Amino acid sequence: MATATFRIWRGNKEGGKFQDYTTEVSEGMVVLDAVLRIQAEKANDLAVRWNCKAGKCGSCSAEINGIPKLMCMTRLSELSLDLPVIIEPMQSFPSIKDLVTDVSWNFEVKKKIKKFSPRKADASDGTWRMAQNDVNRVQEFRKCIECFLCQNVCHVLRDHHLHNEFIGPRFFVYSANLEMNPLDTQDRLEQLKDTQGIGYCNITKCCTKVCPESITITDNAIIPLKERVADEFYDPLKKLIRLFRKKK
Amino acid sequence: MVECQRYKHDVLVIGAGGAGLRAAIEAANAGVSVGLICKSLLGKAHTVMAEGGVAAALANVDDRDSWKVHFADTMRGGQYVNNWRMAEIHAKEAPDRVRELEAWGAVFDRTKDGKILQRNFGGHKYPRLAHVGDRTGLEIIRTLQDHAIYLGIDVHMEFTTVSLLKDGQRVIGVFGYDRERGRFKLFQAKAVVFATGGIGKAYRITSNSWESTGDGHALAYQAGAELIDMEFVQFHPTGMVWPPSVQGILVTEGVRGEGGILRNREGKRFMFDDIPDIYKNQTADNEEEGWRYTQGDKNARRPPELLTRDHVARCIVREIKEGRGSPHGGVFLDIAWIKERIPNSAEHIKRKLPSMYHQFKQLADIDITKEAMEIGPTTHYIMGGIRVNADTQMSTLPGFFAAGECAAGINGANRLGGNSLSDIIVFGKRAGEYAAKFAKEAGEGTIDEKEVDDIAKRVLEPFDRSSGENPFQIQRDLQVAMQDLVGIVRTQKEMLTALEKIEELKERTKKISITGNREYNPSWHTTLDLNNLLIVSEAITRSALERKESRGGHFRDDYPKKDEVFSKCNIVSSKGFDGKMQIVNVPIPEMPPELKQVIEENK
Ligand code: SF4
Ligand code: SF4
Ligand code: FES
Repeated sequence: MATATFRIWRGNKEGGKFQDYTTEVSEGMVVLDAVLRIQAEKANDLAVRWNCKAGKCGSCSAEINGIPKLMCMTRLSELSLDLPVIIEPMQSFPSIKDLVTDVSWNFEVKKKIKKFSPRKADASDGTWRMAQNDVNRVQEFRKCIECFLCQNVCHVLRDHHLHNEFIGPRFFVYSANLEMNPLDTQDRLEQLKDTQGIGYCNITKCCTKVCPESITITDNAIIPLKERVADEFYDPLKKLIRLFRKKK
Repeated sequence: MVECQRYKHDVLVIGAGGAGLRAAIEAANAGVSVGLICKSLLGKAHTVMAEGGVAAALANVDDRDSWKVHFADTMRGGQYVNNWRMAEIHAKEAPDRVRELEAWGAVFDRTKDGKILQRNFGGHKYPRLAHVGDRTGLEIIRTLQDHAIYLGIDVHMEFTTVSLLKDGQRVIGVFGYDRERGRFKLFQAKAVVFATGGIGKAYRITSNSWESTGDGHALAYQAGAELIDMEFVQFHPTGMVWPPSVQGILVTEGVRGEGGILRNREGKRFMFDDIPDIYKNQTADNEEEGWRYTQGDKNARRPPELLTRDHVARCIVREIKEGRGSPHGGVFLDIAWIKERIPNSAEHIKRKLPSMYHQFKQLADIDITKEAMEIGPTTHYIMGGIRVNADTQMSTLPGFFAAGECAAGINGANRLGGNSLSDIIVFGKRAGEYAAKFAKEAGEGTIDEKEVDDIAKRVLEPFDRSSGENPFQIQRDLQVAMQDLVGIVRTQKEMLTALEKIEELKERTKKISITGNREYNPSWHTTLDLNNLLIVSEAITRSALERKESRGGHFRDDYPKKDEVFSKCNIVSSKGFDGKMQIVNVPIPEMPPELKQVIEENK
């Protein structure tokens, strides 16, 4: 049987190092299979997060040969096995152990976004009427599996560490899903501008490139939100109106 | 006294899939303090894997549907050993629970007139499954999660529960550790709800994740609660079979709902060969009629591919055993063929089944719009579980509730597709509601500190052994034994062998040694999960030995027919005074005449 070598980062927040493991590989295997085989046979305490093994839960995010990916959806056949395959944890989040990172910041951020608030029901049985056409876009955003790979690559978080001022692409997608839901009545634009840092995004599209659900994060979520913010706050006429409103 | 962090909640929910989240929401709305424990991160539970839809008689697509038809379908699917009261509550309340999800932000696919769209599924007479493409489970868990985070619920992620704590018979909390650091934690609560999911990891081929190790089933059993119907395991007919690394991953029944058909290697559509009598009236007898059904013709009957899962799985096994399987030991599931019937079929398939398209393309290099898939049965769900009161979801222990897959009753001998997502929201809500009620009326119990010390000691033992067994290997050996000896087709002889194997594995488990420390150590987690898997496997095997007939998900080669005697009882497993597992038959209560009539009317 063929074998391949995997260079896996082992360590915790105090530090660590890469360690090489050679294991058997067979047709159809994904990176997560190799990691789990190494765990079962050679390194019982190797920490890795995973659940579904089918690209649906967003638990197994990592960087494979430097590229942020889901380990369960990356087939060995896409990689060159002549050199060791390098597997490391996501770099933008604090390490817990080995391939597992502390993503709790994301859960805290979400709580600060104003929740879904539907308009009064359309029918007496408490239901609404919506055309499929009007929900297609929102459904795209709702495909998100919260793998946080987009958060991991965005330079505003990765290089500039603006975690306190910027919510990151995942939560622009989340906000867009709420803002564009035909039933929602809440207004999140001021928050997006003032405390959630949508202005920091300079549309590099790195987030869109890594999204395993192929959500067009920048074009469909962030840019329309930016336009709405600009419309609301930088349109001179609206500015004036707001000034009057405040005075009253 | 062992060092541990202590928490207090009125209601403590263990498990944060659909049932656990729904229970936590209901309890929080009732004004009590709520703790929610997740085995993984929030929002990653097995509910995300549910694909096809949530069953509820909304009657949006076919106005002939009603709770009565849904009830009758559920009972027929469960071969009449269901808890009829649960089936009744479920059918009546599911529509409200689904509408409520929309009010909380779920965005279901729409009908032409803007209502929630519903699709066909196995065993459901009318199109009944509200859905979002083929990612309905994700939609439901995310909706519940995004609703729950604003309610002041304390969420504890990546936590392993190792024991229930009791005061007399009453359950008053749990003990366990956080996986990140391996620190012990003790949660005291006035009422505890289990929503811990399934047991798929007892088998080698499964659609379930590593989490599904029957923790709730086993911890409830250890604490003295009764388990029921454990012989009924659902083998989903369509899991992936190739390549080997993806074996078992689910292929949604929605593929068949959208017109997908099953063929053997000879190209024959074999499902027409064997249609059970109780379904003859409702099943098409020719391909043309079956196709019309999938396209919404109200006068057509459903194709035999949409018979119940237990039956379809057995037909597939028959084809494979008799040498008519596909190259990698499955059969073919073909949706690509619909190009003969509709224009732009490739686009249609991608829109209706996006994640299936994605999954096969990425993991198996198969374009399902052009080629047939290879599929075979995969362990998917357990109908059996903690015995609960139908209305309140309280178990046989006071203050201890259960909902979702780890509770039993609604599904009887076989679960219909789509009835799981509805089960979790209907009974999750009830469990939360009644747990909160219980908590309001109950005082605080007293923790037995000596017991806590003993548990802590037991949990740490594997660290003290220097060389010994590898937990991953034992788990593997158990999975192979259960797959081969207590699988889709069972015999007394093989199951007795399985019991011997389980005893052997229990002994080996006592010799496991763990490398590394307590921080995020998967070999430690696996060791503790293994204890649970062994209990669950034993309960499945002993119950299956006791039921000397074939019914639903339980098929015995040595008793291939249904037996009147067993149609009137459930099998209960519990821990005896001697510490050994006890198996007893309990009679099913008589169904009230008005429900009997509903079944008659829908024959
Ligand atoms: S497009 Fe914006 S959000 Fe996305 S990675 Fe670039 S800066 Fe970050
Ligand atoms: S938007 Fe895409 S990349 Fe970002 S968390 Fe969601 S699924 Fe992952
Ligand atoms: S394990 Fe679920 S996305 Fe990889």
